[in-house]
Amino acid sequence: MSKTYMRKEIRLSGSGGQGLILAGIILARAAVQERYRVAQSQSYGPESRGGASRADVIISNDDIHFPEATHFDVLLALTQESCDKYLFDLKDKGILIADTTGVKNIALDSSNIYELPFTDIAAEKLGTILPTNILSLAFLVRKTGLVSEASLRKGIEQSVKPHYIKLNLKAMKLGFKLADDYGKTD
Amino acid sequence: MKNQPQKTVHSYLRHNKKFPHVWCAGCSNGIVLGALIRAVDELGLGRDDVAMVSGIGCSSRMPVYVDFNTLHTIHGRAIPFATGVKLHKPHLNVIVVTGDGDCTAIGGNHFIHACRRNLDLTIVVVNNNIYGMTGGQFSPTTPTGDIATTSPHGNIDPVFDICDLAIGAGATFVARSTAFHSLESEEFIKRGLEHKGMSVIEIVSACPVIYGRLNKKGGAPEMMKQMRDNSIPVKALDKLPPEKTKGKLVRGILKHVEKDEYTLRYQRLVDSLKQEESK
Amino acid sequence: MPKKTTKKTTKKTEELDSIVLMQGNEAVARGAVDAGVNFFAGYPITPSTEIAEILSRELPLRGAAFIQMEDEIASICAIIGASLAGAKAMTATSGPGFSLMQEAIGYAKITETPCVVVNVMRAGPSTGLPTSPSQGDIMQSRWGSHGDAPAIVLYPDSVKESYELAIRAVNLSEKYRTCVVLLLDEVLGHMREAVRLPDLRKHRVINRIKPTVPPEWYKHYDENQKYLSPVASFGEGYRFHVTGLAHDATGFPTGRPAEVADMMARLKKKITSNIRDLVQIESFHMEDAKIAIFAAGITARSAKSAVMMARAEGLKVGLLRPLTIWPFPDDAVRKMLKNVETVIVAELNQGQFLREIARLIKDKDDSDIVPVRRVDGELITPAQILRIIKEVN
Repeated sequence: MSKTYMRKEIRLSGSGGQGLILAGIILARAAVQERYRVAQSQSYGPESRGGASRADVIISNDDIHFPEATHFDVLLALTQESCDKYLFDLKDKGILIADTTGVKNIALDSSNIYELPFTDIAAEKLGTILPTNILSLAFLVRKTGLVSEASLRKGIEQSVKPHYIKLNLKAMKLGFKLADDYGKTD
Repeated sequence: MKNQPQKTVHSYLRHNKKFPHVWCAGCSNGIVLGALIRAVDELGLGRDDVAMVSGIGCSSRMPVYVDFNTLHTIHGRAIPFATGVKLHKPHLNVIVVTGDGDCTAIGGNHFIHACRRNLDLTIVVVNNNIYGMTGGQFSPTTPTGDIATTSPHGNIDPVFDICDLAIGAGATFVARSTAFHSLESEEFIKRGLEHKGMSVIEIVSACPVIYGRLNKKGGAPEMMKQMRDNSIPVKALDKLPPEKTKGKLVRGILKHVEKDEYTLRYQRLVDSLKQEESK
Repeated sequence: MPKKTTKKTTKKTEELDSIVLMQGNEAVARGAVDAGVNFFAGYPITPSTEIAEILSRELPLRGAAFIQMEDEIASICAIIGASLAGAKAMTATSGPGFSLMQEAIGYAKITETPCVVVNVMRAGPSTGLPTSPSQGDIMQSRWGSHGDAPAIVLYPDSVKESYELAIRAVNLSEKYRTCVVLLLDEVLGHMREAVRLPDLRKHRVINRIKPTVPPEWYKHYDENQKYLSPVASFGEGYRFHVTGLAHDATGFPTGRPAEVADMMARLKKKITSNIRDLVQIESFHMEDAKIAIFAAGITARSAKSAVMMARAEGLKVGLLRPLTIWPFPDDAVRKMLKNVETVIVAELNQGQFLREIARLIKDKDDSDIVPVRRVDGELITPAQILRIIKEVN
């Protein structure tokens, strides 16, 4: 039985402390739930807070040899710096999701760009900017269909500390809603 | 009849191995080794239960001659090697033999951290104020102004007080004696072995062939006399007028407190985790 | 019918639960525990720290020792001391710490004391790029310690293999009574991959051979056919002597040329007489290859991607990947490269494997050995290798 080779490259980028590596781990765990092969890697500077940070997730139905993302199917950019740095490595039909709280200019016109002030929304609707990573990841998952809601939920439950699960699931739900409502006028 | 100490010492040596030994005539190392063996013997410690660990230097050659579990390691690192031995087999009596250079220069960091942990090691520092094996370079305990092959114009470095260093770093048993006071040295080593925790016993000793000659200290007998005349027991410190104690080497048990020992603390941690698990 | 469905679902769920996302460093720590490591001493350093963190949690639960030492020198000395007292001992570090450990690695080798040093390589020299990958320590892992002693160095390329080679490193150290180095890439140490837990349960553990002779007959470095002699531990009644000085078979220092020569021969032969047991090499699409890539660790993964891309275009390319890099797989490499026209040596350094390949294939012109190097803290990409493949094709 032959299957078409599938390899999706996802880069989550921003700065240290925004929880991007955790978001990468959650996405990877969610993909494991769907029996994909996954490789999750990261690059970061010496800072625990601030500095450039990125997490890559490769999802495939076959062996993953090279473990890093070079041409992205999906790019999440939470800061202007990361957006500028990685924008041009998006595939032609690649999807960009930008947090306009931090990203003010996007040097690309494409129908595959989604812009929302995720950080501001988290502060306003969730009372804290901490789950911005999950909020934007959920948005990403809904828009790309990479994994199901159930898998993402499981990924979150397996990855965050028990007393944060509730908050993060709330963020997930909000992320899905934002995705469903995106582009709709009131 | 009192047992014959000579015979006792003799019975612990590896006669058929590496004799004659490497030490010069008049060196204090033999006296210190004798004191150490008598201390072990008097406590009745089984030879299988003693591990003797050393670094590099004249005094660090001691282990090879003695019928214990013996470990001659690399320069300055005897204490971390001993830490590994002790932590894996806490029932062993682990003795570290080290010199002033081995212990307080290259090995200074290990020394202070072992003191801080209060691991149950007995560290005998043979302080002869010089690097003997390499031919007479100044060490952290060579007196300021003294001559060494790397301080031909007189040493400008201030010195370490090994006992102060050990006390400051948290050792729980600290004592000092000299090679002249061999019975006192034996007593302190014995007390150190009995003490559950980090014991540091500094034994000031003579290197007549190198340090003595470079600094015109006379031969071995003269240097022994100097140890006798230039040191006072700590107990006499308060009783004598200041002019009689000034510049004298203070001998005695300088610190002795009981504190939680490292392997016991570790065992307690293991036990508490086990208890938690069984709940 | 419904019953069947339920059963199937349960089995499916169980199977799914057995797949976990695991980090390379975690796999090493897990491998260490499963290999029976019961003593770890270490000092924090990026990017190896997770190994110490995990073992600080796991070892006390098993009644085994974990100690954080004051530096890397102390760490390796402590594991050698513990090993002499009978422990299966390991430390983990990265570049700067690995440099500090070199003297004591030589001590473990001359005293034939089993221990494992994990070096999660980062970009150097000096502090370099602490969170970036490099393969700069290939030669250091072989020649880093002064003097002249052989080395056993293993080098995985995946999370699962990190687990397997961690166990193998411990096994080989016990079997050959030496310090075995496990090299890991920064990317691999921090990377997470899905691993099937049942795959992590098939392993065998080798323990050192204990002496059966009475203490007076015991020689710490006894000769036997395979240069692997039984070894006693401190506190077991054998009261042997261990020294970093040149020594005879009993362990006591010697300066006699014949005895020193024996000691050196013994250190060498226990490796050279057991090459078949020590060497592991993966051959990937080499059957009909005209172009061969030689790469190890994380770079081999870039190479595998490049091979697949090239094969899709009809190019006959293969990959040779050593899992044991020292002793170097001379015979295997010679044999496998015999029929290829060009060898591409891809590595994250200025050309360390390249020297070995050049040494082995003297029949080829220099132009037939093509280096792909990268030393900027980034990985060699499959595209970079593919470009070279097309150039040389």
